[in-house]
Formats: sequence, structure tokens, C-alpha cells
Amino acid sequence: MSFWNDPLKVAADWLEGVFAGWGMDAILAHVLVAFLGVFLLITILMVLDIFLVWIERKVVARFQDRLGPNRLGPFGLIQPFADIIKLIIKEDTTPGGADKVVYNLAPVLSMMSVLILWAVVPIAPVMLGTDLNVGVLFLIAAGAIGTLSIIMAGWSSNNKFAMIGGFRQVAVMVSFEVPMLAMLMIPVIFAGSMNMNAIIDAQNVWYFFISPLGAVIFLIAAIAELGRAPFDLAEGESELVSGFNIEYSGMKFGMFYAGELLHAFTFGGFWAILFFGGYRFFGLEQVSPFLAILILVIKAMLGYWVIMWVRYTMMRIRIDQMLGFNWKFLTPLAFALLLVTALMNALLAGASTWLYVFGMFLANVVTGWIALEIARSATRKERASVEGPKPVEAHH
Amino acid sequence: MNEWIYVALFIVVGLVIPIGAIGAGFIFGPKKANPIKESTYECGIETVGESWVQFKAQYYIFALVFLVFDVEAVFLFPWAVKLGQIGLYAVIEGIIFVAILVAGLVYTWRKGMLEWV
Repeated sequence: MSFWNDPLKVAADWLEGVFAGWGMDAILAHVLVAFLGVFLLITILMVLDIFLVWIERKVVARFQDRLGPNRLGPFGLIQPFADIIKLIIKEDTTPGGADKVVYNLAPVLSMMSVLILWAVVPIAPVMLGTDLNVGVLFLIAAGAIGTLSIIMAGWSSNNKFAMIGGFRQVAVMVSFEVPMLAMLMIPVIFAGSMNMNAIIDAQNVWYFFISPLGAVIFLIAAIAELGRAPFDLAEGESELVSGFNIEYSGMKFGMFYAGELLHAFTFGGFWAILFFGGYRFFGLEQVSPFLAILILVIKAMLGYWVIMWVRYTMMRIRIDQMLGFNWKFLTPLAFALLLVTALMNALLAGASTWLYVFGMFLANVVTGWIALEIARSATRKERASVEGPKPVEAHH
Repeated sequence: MNEWIYVALFIVVGLVIPIGAIGAGFIFGPKKANPIKESTYECGIETVGESWVQFKAQYYIFALVFLVFDVEAVFLFPWAVKLGQIGLYAVIEGIIFVAILVAGLVYTWRKGMLEWV
């Protein structure tokens, strides 16, 4: 076993040997090595996060036909570091009437909820934080802490705008968690396991091709959970003046901002893991874990790019439109798709792989098409009831 | 080793790093608090009334509907995991189970509680 094939195990064995040489207890040495591994991963994530700021700003600039940061260093690469220095030397103000404990805890939890998501991310075939057999449920649970931090920030700031932002975030969270849960069950049905690694191993055909509609619904629900446009009602610059984080300044605001970007990247990664085969790419992942990591990062970046693409293309929608969209369209569609998938899975049980994939794909397309047709006719009816009957054209 | 120890380590490190970043801001930033700076931001005017007010009951209704579906997930995840092995019979049971829950959604919808008023 060489460093090229399993770097983590080689490094861990070497470190444990070093610690044992110092006369350390074996279990303690093991925990210490695990701690160092977790620390390394999180440090890399934080450095990545700094560059995500740059990537986000560069991409939004291109979408809006601008150049983006381009003064500091090559392609403006030093810009995010300047931003960090600025955030650090800013004054941290706490509003007078705020609930101080909750107010200060919220930005910490916001970042923490994103970082612990990486505990279940399989980065490479031999590398993952922990092989939880309930990985998919962990995703939901950890994601809810992030939403909780927004609610805490909104409530504790003692500010009306922040409070309304918090209310809205609760509505978004409780609504879009339902289709998201339903869509998480689709990879679970195919793989027969809630373990992230098992889901990747089972993806000889990317689940995107078996359940394209499921992938799209998951992405929509993920964007809503992230609180990014078109679902960024908790922020709503034009009406709530930044909403839940209105009273935050300096590094506390920085934590919300960095947490949001890393959250989006992480959900790009989960999208890649659940529907695009994770680190797998035509057997390249078997060559070396380093290549596997590269593949996963590229896929996660593509997912993140799609999330940004949606963000900078769509307009923010109203809260009633958003809740209506979720409860009257997305949730029924998600459950219909779940049941259709379960039914097709049972009917195609003995079929060959290609027949299975084709049947599932067809079922997805038909389900999506029927849902869109129903929505279209309902919209026409509603429009007719608002606008009144069509005026009859006068004859010559 | 127990898998959950890793999760605990992630939580510890995940808490330490943001606290460290905010701590750095606390050390290097100026600390010149005054009552005007600490007053609540409200678009440049003096704050009027309480912030912690009664909230709209509509949010509560959505939370109730959510609760139905969230509990359902607990039952549906094991069903999804073992679906490949238990076959068509379980699928039909699943359909009946979801149909009962969707009836709740339809009821809410018919009552007009999904309209934002």
C-alpha cells in the first residue's frame, strides 16, 4: 500500500507510530489522529471557502456582463484575502436590545452546520469522514441546524426586518424540506441503502439518467433550503434590507456569508453524489484517490455553478407564490414521482439494466409532462378568472 | 472505533474554527461602543414599538402541514431502503400510506388554508 493509493491510511499509520513512540495510549493516539484528519479537512474547506467568494463574484460579474474583481493580484485572486482582513478589523457591534447569547451563537452555528455536513461526504473511495449508515438522514439533520441559525439570528437581533426574515425562513424550511425528503428517498430506493458510499457504489448508471425529474426537484428544494435566489426571502435586500443578518457586522457577518457560499458548494457536491455518481468517472477513481477527489470537486463545482446560474437568472418570488409553488405543485409532484419510481422499480425488478434505465427515464419524463400540463391548465383557469372573459373581437 | 466519534470531532472542530475567526475579529477590531451605534437599525428613523411581536398565524398552519409529512419520512425511509427485497406488495402499501397523508394536504387545500391572506 503506497501513499499514491491510500494517502490517508499511510499518513495515519505513520502518525500513530510516532505517537506510540512517545509512549501514548493506542486509543488516545487513534482519536488524536482522527482529530488531526478532521482539522485538516475543515482547514482545506475554509481555504476553499475563501476562493468560493472569488468564484461567486467572478461568475456573477460574467452573468451581469461585468469583469468582477480584477485589480488585486492576477485575475483579482488576492481580493478575498483583502475582504477577510477588512472583516477582521471591522468593529463587532451588538444591538442594544439583542439577546446576546443567541445573537453570538447564530453565526457560529451557521458555519458549523455546513462543516459537519462534510462528515458524511465520501471524498474518495478510501476517504470519508465517517461511514454512517444513515448518511442521507444526517444530511437533513445537519442542514436543519443551518436554518435554525438563521431563525436564531432573526429572532435575537431585536429588529423588525430581521424578525420578518426569520419568519420567512421558517416557512421556507418547513415547506421545502418535504419535497427534499421525498427526493432523497429516490437514490435510497435505487441503492437499497442510506449510506452515501453505498449510493455511489451502486451508481453504475448515474441516477440522473434513471431519475432526471428527481434530480431537478432535489435541486429546486436545495436552492430553497440554501435561501438563495429565487427563494432568498429571508434576505430580500430590496424589502428587508438584508433580512436576518441586518444587525451583524465584521466577522460575524462574514461567517453567515462564507457559510452560505460553502453550503451552496456542499449541496452542489451532494447533488453530484446522489445523482451524478460522486467521485466515479469511468473507472478513473480507481487509479488514485487524488484523481477521485479532483473528479468530485469538479462535479461539485459544476453543481455549484448551476445553483449560481439559477440564482442570477431568476427573479425573487413572493412568499405566497413560493409557498403555493411548494405545497400545490412541488410536494404533490415529488410524492407522485416517489410512488411512480417505487412502482416501476417493482415492475422492472427482473429487467436488464438498459430496459430498467429506459423505463425509469420514460416514467420520469411522463410524470413531469403530466404535472406541467396540469399546472398549465390550472394557471390558464386562474388567469381567466382574474382577467375576466376574453373580449370578443368586433366584426367588420 | 465508533463512527459517531468522528461526527463529534466534526462538531467540535466546526465550532472552534468559526469561534476563532470571530475571536480574531474581536481582538483586532475597534471597540468603541455608544448608544447610537447600538440602537436598532430601522432605515434611519427612531425605532417604534416592540420587535418581538405576535406573528402571523399563517406560518403556524404551514408548520402543522409540515409536521404530518416530516413524521411520515421516519416510516418511509426504512420502506425505501428495503423496497428492492419486499416487492410489489410493499409498494402498494406505500401508496396507500402516502395517499392517507396526501388526503391531509388535500383537506388543507380545500379548506383554503394554503392561500396566503
